Amino acid sequence: MLMKLARLSLWNRRGTVAMTVLSLVISISLLLGIDHLRHEAKNSFTSTVSGTDLIVGARSGQLNLLLYSIFRIGNATANISWETYQRIQNHPQIGWTIPISLGDSHRGYRVVGTNQDYFKYYRYAGQQQLQLAQGTIFQELYDTVLGSEVAARLGYQLGQEIVLAHGIGQVSFSEHKDKPFTVVGILAPTGTPVDQSVHVSLEGIEAIHIDWQQGAPMPGRRVSAEQAQEMDLTPKAITAFLVGLNSRAATFLVQRQINEFRGEPLTAILPGVALAELWQMLSMVERLLLVITVLVLLAGLVGMTTTLLASMKERQREIAILRAVGAHPRTLFWLVQLEVLLISLTSLVVAMVVLMIGLWLGQDLLAGRYGLFIGLNPIRQSSLQLMGLVLGLALLLGCIPSWLAYRKALTDGLSVRL
Amino acid sequence: MKVEQPVTDKPKKYVIELKKMRFRWPGKQGWQLALDSLQLEPGQHLFIRGASGSGKTTLLNLLSGITTPNEGELWLQQTAMHQLSAAKRDTLRAQQIGVVFQQLNLIPYLSVLDNVLLVACFANQGAHALTGRAIMLLQHLGLNDELHPKKASELSVGQQQRVAIARALLLRPALLIADEPTSALDADNRDAFMKLMLAEANESGTTVIFVSHDQALQGYFNWHLPMDQLEQGVQPC
Repeated sequence: MLMKLARLSLWNRRGTVAMTVLSLVISISLLLGIDHLRHEAKNSFTSTVSGTDLIVGARSGQLNLLLYSIFRIGNATANISWETYQRIQNHPQIGWTIPISLGDSHRGYRVVGTNQDYFKYYRYAGQQQLQLAQGTIFQELYDTVLGSEVAARLGYQLGQEIVLAHGIGQVSFSEHKDKPFTVVGILAPTGTPVDQSVHVSLEGIEAIHIDWQQGAPMPGRRVSAEQAQEMDLTPKAITAFLVGLNSRAATFLVQRQINEFRGEPLTAILPGVALAELWQMLSMVERLLLVITVLVLLAGLVGMTTTLLASMKERQREIAILRAVGAHPRTLFWLVQLEVLLISLTSLVVAMVVLMIGLWLGQDLLAGRYGLFIGLNPIRQSSLQLMGLVLGLALLLGCIPSWLAYRKALTDGLSVRL
Repeated sequence: MKVEQPVTDKPKKYVIELKKMRFRWPGKQGWQLALDSLQLEPGQHLFIRGASGSGKTTLLNLLSGITTPNEGELWLQQTAMHQLSAAKRDTLRAQQIGVVFQQLNLIPYLSVLDNVLLVACFANQGAHALTGRAIMLLQHLGLNDELHPKKASELSVGQQQRVAIARALLLRPALLIADEPTSALDADNRDAFMKLMLAEANESGTTVIFVSHDQALQGYFNWHLPMDQLEQGVQPC
């Protein structure tokens, strides 16, 4: 009966109750949505590279190395000579390597010089391999394979010719106009920086720089695209390389050996550790975002309390009637709390539905625009905890109108004071 | 005391009995209400006449167990109300006392039938078993079946007051307290209402305490208590 009373009483005030629920739905779905995106972003972020045991570059900090080798952010301090790369590659513990040569760009997108092993061994998000959406991987010297975002944003098709630019700026004044590349493949979306990369062979990188010196074309010396093909295009240096070991147990041993390599100052990092450290820095922002949404939620709950408090005035008669038929003041306290419970449960359920629909609608947008792949199910331990928090806060704040109902029931008795 | 008690020989079994009852609101000087003796036997309907502010609301709060007297005794059918806890008085009120106000007796968003059955929930009784009696009472009071599922707010004032009577009498309480239930009714409706209420009260074996400032209604009652002629030292509240 109490339940029926609470339900019908709310229905009787459905206009104001609906607005209260609406404001709660907005704040709760915001809270749960941000929490969800936070987790998904972290997942997506930390799964940018997987299956790689070590990343090796010239001596630098581990974040710097991680940023330029995986996230294509920033620059390498120095290169690794081809001889050193060859020597380490032949280490008995090392199963495979992926060489990476950076430094050029195409309309703001980084060019990655590498070899076929990149498509064979690179893993992200667990055990996912790179997949071609169209075409094949590069075979010829002037072939290129585009990341999905590059192709989609710039509208490139297979067979199209593109010109690489020297340096990594959005606008470059020195382009490798004489040696255009042909798009032979486009990768499927991965949600990693691979989507924003233009992949060419190491030899291709070498070829376009064959007549360059210190970042500028050598005056008076021109090597045409055809001539370059005849020349020795073994790279002189690479920027970094990813390492897969035969046995994970050897990770620390190999890392130490590379760090202590005598020929050249090198740094080998564990990608998982570096990713976690990087995320720690970024998580400041997401925590701040979470705090803001908690405040928005509080505002919504205070709004609910205000609405209930305002309704107490017109419900004095109701309280008197319930007292007359034998309701204890405590019962009236719980009646109002029951209404709070109904309002917040309804808001939670609606917010969950709204969030799921929102995620479903936003999924493609997030994947296409930001390369962020999100799951549709926002229910996890942290979201359940947040929902519990919402309910707890609601009932806590609900004590104010409930207590008022209790006081009124106790002091006013059967009379109605207006 | 101006309560005219007919002398009878049979042993007294009072529905309500007051002994030297004194009441004051917290923080006030002197007694706001002093009633030395009031005894009602089953079927003795009492008319309390008093203008507003004469302490009748206080008396009704005391009689219905919302508040307790500071001194003296208050018995409802051999139960010492002045000694019960607030929660027990509330349950006792649900079971043994029906209350009808001036107006707006009903929860507006509940159906007529649910309004009548409301009292069952607080008296710890199943509403299902009482549905039959609720419908019967409503029919007796001239409220046909098609009105029962309607929302209380859709009824006229006169109909609402009759629903209130049905609710007050649902559990066959010992006492029915009516606080100016006819003040919002016109003369014709008022007389019909009085007759129906007293008839149903008698049917249920319920004693009525009727409070009104309207002297014209005095004729329906054999026992009268004018509030303004209460004992010394009583100040209106």
